[in-house]
Amino acid sequence: MDQAKLSEMLRQRLSDAVVSVEDMKNDDTLVVVDKDSLVSVAEFLKNDRDLGFTTLMNHLGVDYRDRMAVIYNLYSARLRKKVTIKAYLDREKPEAPTLEPLFPGVSWYERETYDLFGIRFIGHGNLKRLLLPEDWEGFPLRKDYVYPESYNGIETKRSDLLDAAGAAGDAHV
Amino acid sequence: MLERFNIVGRLSADPDLILTTVDRAVNLARANSLWYLLMGLACCSIELMQTGGPRADIDRFGSLFRATPRQSDLMIVAGTVTLKMAPRLRRLYDQMAEPKYVIAMGSCANCGGPFDLSYSVLRGVDKIIPVDVYLPGCPPRPEALTEALMKVQEKIRNEKYFLKKEA
Amino acid sequence: MQRALRGMPMSKYSSQEMVLNMGPHHPSTHGVLRFVLQTDGEMMVKAVPDVGFLHRGIEKIAERVPWQAFMPYTDRIDYVASVNCNLGYAAAVERLAGIAVPEKAEYLRVIAAELSRIGSHFIGFGALLLDLGAVTPFVHALRERETFNDLMEMLCGARLTHNYVRIGGVSHDLPPGFREKCLGFVDHLEHEFLEEFNDLISFNTILINRLANVGVIDPETANKYTLTGPNLRGSGVPFDLRRDEPYSVYDRFRFDIPVGTGKFGVPGDCYDRYWVRILEVTESCRIIRQALEQMPGDGGIRTSLPRPFTVPAGEIYVRTESPRGELGYYLISDGGKNPFRVKVRTGSFSAMTIVETISQGVMVADLVAIIGSLDVVAPEIDR
Repeated sequence: MDQAKLSEMLRQRLSDAVVSVEDMKNDDTLVVVDKDSLVSVAEFLKNDRDLGFTTLMNHLGVDYRDRMAVIYNLYSARLRKKVTIKAYLDREKPEAPTLEPLFPGVSWYERETYDLFGIRFIGHGNLKRLLLPEDWEGFPLRKDYVYPESYNGIETKRSDLLDAAGAAGDAHV
Repeated sequence: MLERFNIVGRLSADPDLILTTVDRAVNLARANSLWYLLMGLACCSIELMQTGGPRADIDRFGSLFRATPRQSDLMIVAGTVTLKMAPRLRRLYDQMAEPKYVIAMGSCANCGGPFDLSYSVLRGVDKIIPVDVYLPGCPPRPEALTEALMKVQEKIRNEKYFLKKEA
Repeated sequence: MQRALRGMPMSKYSSQEMVLNMGPHHPSTHGVLRFVLQTDGEMMVKAVPDVGFLHRGIEKIAERVPWQAFMPYTDRIDYVASVNCNLGYAAAVERLAGIAVPEKAEYLRVIAAELSRIGSHFIGFGALLLDLGAVTPFVHALRERETFNDLMEMLCGARLTHNYVRIGGVSHDLPPGFREKCLGFVDHLEHEFLEEFNDLISFNTILINRLANVGVIDPETANKYTLTGPNLRGSGVPFDLRRDEPYSVYDRFRFDIPVGTGKFGVPGDCYDRYWVRILEVTESCRIIRQALEQMPGDGGIRTSLPRPFTVPAGEIYVRTESPRGELGYYLISDGGKNPFRVKVRTGSFSAMTIVETISQGVMVADLVAIIGSLDVVAPEIDR
């Protein structure tokens, strides 16, 4: 099944559930969904007999400055095809349903996204910080994150010398 | 008559005897049995392992790795210290028995290195523990680590341990 | 399922549960990992990994440096096999920006990446054996790794963090004398070292008893937890991105994909994962030999990039086969000098998620074998 055929088929089968189906670079299909239909679309892609997107390759969160997004990369060993599901979230109150019941392996990925972006996954079994210490404040991968000057009494400020060098717009290429 | 009291002269004439101070004898022993704590944190830990491996063979200098801080004299901080790891590192340092020495191996342990742009990295291990030898490089070669070890040995050999401290 | 449980009902011997801390500074946790073990005597109830002790914020750094300047950081995502990490990032940027790579550079990349894979597997199974208490084989593996380091030093000047691959090519051409030395190394590995190593340790009864039938992962569980690379192949699934989704010039080489067959136990046990790595060294040797043979003698090694280098706005997910499994880069560009978002998907991260599941009901000592056989490195998990 080639890429155009797959995206055409997804467009038909998922017509009411998705916002758009686009072709992506590197032989990939981007399916933009509303966050409320995220689980149902993922369930369809996983359980449909013709598709069989049973492998979750990757999950990430993105901060697009005006809104946030969660992205899931699925792979079907049967079709040898990749599908990327994307759901935009409100930046003020970023919440998304979890895909943990469908793909148990996504549990840590979603914890990481919560850790770094503050996106809450509704229904996640163990949503707490994964990489950063539990008493960390803020979500570092958000675009408006300000680096802390100290953590638990340890000074973490950059030296002025380096700031002066970096002021030229991160010039070291 | 005076010959009877010239103990030093008589002893040094004896080929079977070596004269030295207690300090120097103890320091010689200490310098050549530096057991280091296996503190491999990041990239440098691979070079630390290779230094202990067959080619660089740091065992020649009497240095063996120990997994527990209680048996170690030297802490080689090999790699990036993150803020999450920093309290643990400090606790391990506190658990080591005196006298203890620290080599900050690699740019990350010296000053944060390439991860200076990060939010979660400690900018230099000397912010939490005292450092004896700073070893630059990303990562330093095994030869460089060997030299850093020899610098620590040199430092130990020059220490005055048993001299009475002036008031 | 597990050897420890066979014929030994848990309830009969159960005692008070104890919570035990392992790590983050522990000789057999492969870097700074921490496990919270719930044990019942020598039996493990559960091992919960606690990661993040090496979280260096590489993904945030990516947003603050130009596209090319992120390359040295990819070295440090997986320092044991840095060329593979370089290659994945370069391939992703090139596909997003539509940059053509000279043919010769692709061959040089493959040679360096496969050498890196060999070096990585040395640390992988060497450290597993060290954790199990066999110190000598680890020293043997380090001895051979020194030759790999020498080769890479000839090629690009660095021993560990190579930074060899550039966007649009590689940094250096083959130096004089490299081809002979590399072929000699490959021959030595295939005909001398691996035989010696297998005689020394692989078929050692103690090792077989420690690894066979321990930590069995069946293909369904492996897929559920998105296990990739040698860990997935150890479960008997012949999936290798070099063959199934070829990147660079991997489609021009003939090589086999070793899978776990239950050599001394059940398919998917620790021994299978160990053995797959040993066999992969041979396959990498085959690829290197073919690449050296087929490589065009002349031609450029790098496409010159426009200055300032920008990447057209867009998103892409590119995955490559690193020694620890699928290494994927999800890149988002807003058309600027710096990446907008870089997400690195690594094999070790997903391998760690499975530990909690497969560590239930094993002996405490077997946990070390399980972690070692999954071949995780801490910076890949934490990034």
